Amino acid sequence: MEELSMQALLGILISALLSENFILVKFYGICPFMGVSKKIDTALGMGMAVTFVMALASAACYGVDLLLKALSLQYMQTVVFILVIASIVQVVEMFLKKAVPALYKALGVFLPLITTNCAVLGVVLVNVQEGYGFLASVVNGAAGGLGFTLAIVLFASVRERVDKADCPECFKGFPIALITAGLLALAFTGFSGLKIF
Amino acid sequence: MDIKKQLKEGLLTKNPVLVQLLGMCSTLAISTSLFNGLGMGIAVTIILICSNVLISALRKVIPSQIRIAAYIVIIAGFVTVVDLLLQAFLPELSESLGVFIPLIVVNCIILGRAEAFASKNGVVASLLDGLFQGIGYTLALVIVCVIRELLGAGTFGGGLLNGGEGIRIIPEGYPAMQLVMPVGGFLVLGFVIAGSQFLMKKLETRKMDKEAAK
Repeated sequence: MEELSMQALLGILISALLSENFILVKFYGICPFMGVSKKIDTALGMGMAVTFVMALASAACYGVDLLLKALSLQYMQTVVFILVIASIVQVVEMFLKKAVPALYKALGVFLPLITTNCAVLGVVLVNVQEGYGFLASVVNGAAGGLGFTLAIVLFASVRERVDKADCPECFKGFPIALITAGLLALAFTGFSGLKIF
Repeated sequence: MDIKKQLKEGLLTKNPVLVQLLGMCSTLAISTSLFNGLGMGIAVTIILICSNVLISALRKVIPSQIRIAAYIVIIAGFVTVVDLLLQAFLPELSESLGVFIPLIVVNCIILGRAEAFASKNGVVASLLDGLFQGIGYTLALVIVCVIRELLGAGTFGGGLLNGGEGIRIIPEGYPAMQLVMPVGGFLVLGFVIAGSQFLMKKLETRKMDKEAAK
């Protein structure tokens, strides 16, 4: 497994942040994107927690995938990966509770939700499909998480205002939020085709 | 057990996509053609029925502290089965849905129904709940697919009818490409949900008027 150059890693980082943004371009993790975006602070907390778990899960699942390949059990990928993610979330939760209580307090409520965030399982499956090496997997995971944070914070800040705005009765709440997200996605299509190096 | 009520809840009043707002990722991501929508809808329905039945059958055995983990493993098992079957028998569909088939594992409709319904009700009721919720999901997905495909690509039934090309309704060059892009997913789903809220409110007021007239 050859490791990628610094430039290629930077390329992965930029594309995961902007042109291939996990939420607005690839549609991973829409549920938390819609659910936890009513306030900027909670959106930021969720984003940070997701970034952390995504990077950790990418690293762990890279090792697990090697093991599965060695045992030629690749068809068990989905089952094993989701178990790994669920246990990582659990361990992170327990670790933070003991070691960094302040961070735990800030992220506490969001941690259990992350298991069913499809961005995490999505990034792990993409890593395996693309055949990324260890470093590339971790960078892709972390950058995907940062892209998630960027989108959810931007969206939350728009949404705080949209909620107070006057709109037709039947659009109130969720539909107008979806349309706002659509416009945000439209802005992000401006980044498509952006290639560095 | 009230089959009629369950059917109505699955399709309309508690439609998983339009009312409960579950399973957004797959609804937005793959709703670009009728073929994708039907394929995804049927795959989810089958998995939902199987997982509902098994979880309901095991509901007294699974300790409540670890129930979520147990549900996820059961669901992941069925998803793997469907994923492998699709790869073997419908490779085109498998390719076009891509990573969103394994991602059915974390589709909140399935875990949501397991937690809200199958863990509390009998096997037969859970089977029907899975079937009706699955049909409700498929229905909403197909509506979004048809709109996006018609406006975005100008065709109907792409990948399915007319030798896979679909029936062309809007001449080439006119359709708004953006609607089959991610942007269109958000916009179309927003309008579809707004439309359904509007209709449901109308039905409700009509019902109330009728009762008041009595």
